[in-house]
Amino acid sequence: MFFRNGYSGWRSGYQGSSFIELLGEDAQHLAPNFEALAQGSIEEIPHGTTVCSFKFSDGVVMAGDRLATAGHSVASREVQKVFATDAHSMIAIAGAAGPAIEMARVLSVELEHYEKIEGERLELDGKANKLSQMIRQNLPAAMQGLAVVPLFAGYDLRRRVGRIWQYDITGGRYEEGNAETSGSGGLYAQEHIKKTWREGMSSQDALDVAVGAITAAADEDRATGGIDFDRGIFPIVNVCTEAGITRATDDEVRASYERLRS
Amino acid sequence: MSMPFYVSPEQLMQDKAEYARKGISRGKSIVTLEFAGGILLIAENPSKSLQKIGEIYDRIAFAGVGKFSEFDQLRKIGVRYADTRGYAYSRDDVRGKALANAYSQVIGETFTREMKPLEVEIIVAEVGDPRFVGHEENSIYRVRFDGSISDEHGFCVIGGNAEPLEAQLQSSFQEDMDLAAVVRAGRDALGRAENGDPDLGAANLEVCLLEREHEGRKFRRLPQDEVAGLLA
Repeated sequence: MFFRNGYSGWRSGYQGSSFIELLGEDAQHLAPNFEALAQGSIEEIPHGTTVCSFKFSDGVVMAGDRLATAGHSVASREVQKVFATDAHSMIAIAGAAGPAIEMARVLSVELEHYEKIEGERLELDGKANKLSQMIRQNLPAAMQGLAVVPLFAGYDLRRRVGRIWQYDITGGRYEEGNAETSGSGGLYAQEHIKKTWREGMSSQDALDVAVGAITAAADEDRATGGIDFDRGIFPIVNVCTEAGITRATDDEVRASYERLRS
Repeated sequence: MSMPFYVSPEQLMQDKAEYARKGISRGKSIVTLEFAGGILLIAENPSKSLQKIGEIYDRIAFAGVGKFSEFDQLRKIGVRYADTRGYAYSRDDVRGKALANAYSQVIGETFTREMKPLEVEIIVAEVGDPRFVGHEENSIYRVRFDGSISDEHGFCVIGGNAEPLEAQLQSSFQEDMDLAAVVRAGRDALGRAENGDPDLGAANLEVCLLEREHEGRKFRRLPQDEVAGLLA
């Protein structure tokens, strides 16, 4: 690799700016192979559940519950489904947890790698497109039941707006208007957002909508986890604006929940 | 059939070294300084797009002088190495020492095996993080055109005019300076170089930091107006 044992010229090897292609050419043993993951039994692999994303006055919010299930059992109570992929973009995963988390991780390394090699960041469109290709790569696994269907959202620094994309298992990419949800409880979250979302909401109102959507979904969908007060586990709510991404603290989420109850 | 002339190995190495030195001495110097908040890298560079200083990983920065195409290629090799290692193991397993040694290998091998040596001199700077045991100290490594590597403390200068600049910093450098003081010290040293501009301003400076207290990626390129503010 790059610095080789045994001299073979310092300019040899992959020369582009994509981390995924770099692994494919110079470090094949590390390249993510989602197909291999599909060999296992589908029922026993943890599945993710409700995630949502919507716009507000300063950008875009993305939220997800913490529960992962395998069949009828709880696989994990505090799995992370919402990830910042760089300073201004984030991904929410619903579907088979293993490949989805790996995909989020590879995407964030990919974006950072491009930024360092090229000296500038990809446009938000470019990032969304890159994710399409990664999902398409996962297609054979998707056909065997290990679908990875993420939401992608971020702040577009050129257009100065928040933007949201939804994907299907073939890598199809659809830009959404104001809100989108995914996962088994997505429908219930969608209903809640439809009722409470308003144009140009403040960030506090946006937090309330996000927490309301996840709790509504958890109420109806058995595979979605709401706020777990006993264990102190709260949904993840990420807020992305021009200044970057911040995650709402557990106390903020708790306060928001109490506002909703009152 | 042509007979190659015999050239003694000493002569060959000397010629190569002289060639590399000449190439490097044409360029401007880069100064690296430790300060209270981390490590500062500062270069005279009127170009905003052809950068001499770059981010390698969370705590590691790269600086190169000499032939742009060569040190920029080395920088990219470093990014590929670091990202792959961080992906395969963990982000904390990417260390400056291993990277500097790898650079030393590749530059040294090129020096002995190729007709033309690399006309570059580089710095690998790694800021310490008190939150990680065994990672608390800053490290600054300097790798020369023949692959020789050294471990520097306090400050370090690379480039054609390094010795007089180091002598100047010897008197002006203090430990734990604040950001404004260290940027000024760096600028003053660069300005007093033989081929330097004594009134070096923010427009002709490339200034980057490794900020110890910053979460995650600690590398930051200072925008021109911030540099101007610090120098004012």
